Amino acid sequence: MEMLRALTYGPLVEMWEYPIFLAEVALNGLLTGVMYSLVALGFVLIFKASGVFNFAQGVMVLFSALSLVGLMEHGVPVWAALVLTVVIMVVLAMVIERVMLRPLVNQDPIILFMSTIGLTFFLEGFGETIWGSNVKRLDVGIPDAPLDIGGVLVSTFDLWAAAIGATMVVVLAIFFQKTPIGRALRAVADDHQAALSVGIPLRTIWVVVWSVAGMVALVAGIMWGSKSGVQFSLSLIALKALPVLILGGFTSVPGAIIGGLIIGVGEKVAEVYWGPAVGGAIENWFAYVLALLFLLFRPQGLFGERIIERV
Amino acid sequence: MSADGNGALLSVNNIEVIYDHVILVLKGVSLQVEEGGVVALLGANGAGKTTTLKAISNLLRAERGDVTKGTITYRGERIDRMTPTELVGRGVIQVMEGRHCFEHLTVEENLLTGAYTRRDGRAAVQADLEKVYGYFPRLRERRGSQAGYTSGGEQQMTAIGRALMARPKLILLDEPSMGLAPQLVEEIFEIVKQLNEHEGVTFLLAEQNTTVALRYATYGYILETGRVVLDGAASVLAQNEDVKEFYLGMSAGGRKSFRDVKHYRRRKRWLA
Repeated sequence: MEMLRALTYGPLVEMWEYPIFLAEVALNGLLTGVMYSLVALGFVLIFKASGVFNFAQGVMVLFSALSLVGLMEHGVPVWAALVLTVVIMVVLAMVIERVMLRPLVNQDPIILFMSTIGLTFFLEGFGETIWGSNVKRLDVGIPDAPLDIGGVLVSTFDLWAAAIGATMVVVLAIFFQKTPIGRALRAVADDHQAALSVGIPLRTIWVVVWSVAGMVALVAGIMWGSKSGVQFSLSLIALKALPVLILGGFTSVPGAIIGGLIIGVGEKVAEVYWGPAVGGAIENWFAYVLALLFLLFRPQGLFGERIIERV
Repeated sequence: MSADGNGALLSVNNIEVIYDHVILVLKGVSLQVEEGGVVALLGANGAGKTTTLKAISNLLRAERGDVTKGTITYRGERIDRMTPTELVGRGVIQVMEGRHCFEHLTVEENLLTGAYTRRDGRAAVQADLEKVYGYFPRLRERRGSQAGYTSGGEQQMTAIGRALMARPKLILLDEPSMGLAPQLVEEIFEIVKQLNEHEGVTFLLAEQNTTVALRYATYGYILETGRVVLDGAASVLAQNEDVKEFYLGMSAGGRKSFRDVKHYRRRKRWLA
């Protein structure tokens, strides 16, 4: 009986009785969600513009963070290191276009997907060869102190992360919807051939989109890296981005954000309230079960592009 | 038509196209397009019409096809190694078969993508947008709707309008009549004619609908299995007995048994 209660309505009663604690848990989840969103955003960008599911996005997060830390360790000031890392990510995008995308033009999506797996292994090895494989501490000077808002404790670092995440979404949304190059990116995503026929240079578009994805990866890398140290496991957060994408839809920037938030909050709340009843570790599988349910009932996700069918 | 191709706007000289390094699709096609003309490229499925157009616009490379022999010149300049972007910049643009609109973009956004290569400022683009809406009033009504949800005719108009936004000199129009009702086909060709007369756009169009194409074109080429088998002024072609019989569905002696149809394999004519 006690077991049944803990599994079902017990936690709900608890939430009702201690709303402040619930708010804290939810907020904590929201801010973790922002981090998931940042990683998912990189996937969405590349998927939107080239139809390629970029398995290497997680490793790009790691690689950018490693580069940043590595440069800082060599005594480069923070701002210069940031600029240099952005340059590195742009160069990386150019190299990827030249040696990977260009020769594989017009191949099946699955072949491009496989090549991004290859890229994953390469970047992992390459990053570690250059910058070493030990865990590094990243501190770019974002303040981290607890802040009391109406009795709810929040970390200022998390607030910064949320603010930066929100800014990025707004900037990207404007970029995609309002600028000619953003329009061209969406055109390429819709129909490669037609985009080519009106003179949109695919190569330039690919470089742009991979560069932007690289910068998003850098932001995600800074946030995650500052929180948990820059280490190999950073690339594994890409796996958490997958359910976020399924939830939000592979082609939707707002979807990536909302999906990330839902999963962030969902898994934290589930862990704290229902965790004890099932022996914990809900956090590890919650996102995937949620994704599974979405695949069953709404495969295009919350905000994914509807598949247009004319009748 | 000058036989040597000098002075022609576009001149395709004896090209051969191979897909995937093995499949020979065009076996020495030559054709000339004079400035201000409407030239029709006729033939059945698989004759090589689309491949010829794609060889000119160089969309071929993206389909693993390659021009292995011959040359293509535009205003006297070799263009067979140029990228589509460079070609669009020079005023050569293709409207692909089957419309190929950007489904998730609105009609207006579709049109604007056509101006991607232009560097003459927002005002000029806006003026051209108005001009396109002038030719296709229906597009103005649908400007805000997603192209994927518009009708086939509207999509064809969008595709042509999009090409116009690049300020083209030569439009390679592939199968504009595909999947459209006869009335709409007529409407589309009427607009082609207007664009040709008022905007000075030269057209090279591939069509299966020989009747309509010959009515609007000034000159025609007939392709069969990768070769030009017949060419001539449109009015002459329309009177040709073979063309009448095989492409226009008319014959002198009423209905004929399929057995009596002579096999039609004229040797390729060398234009060069």
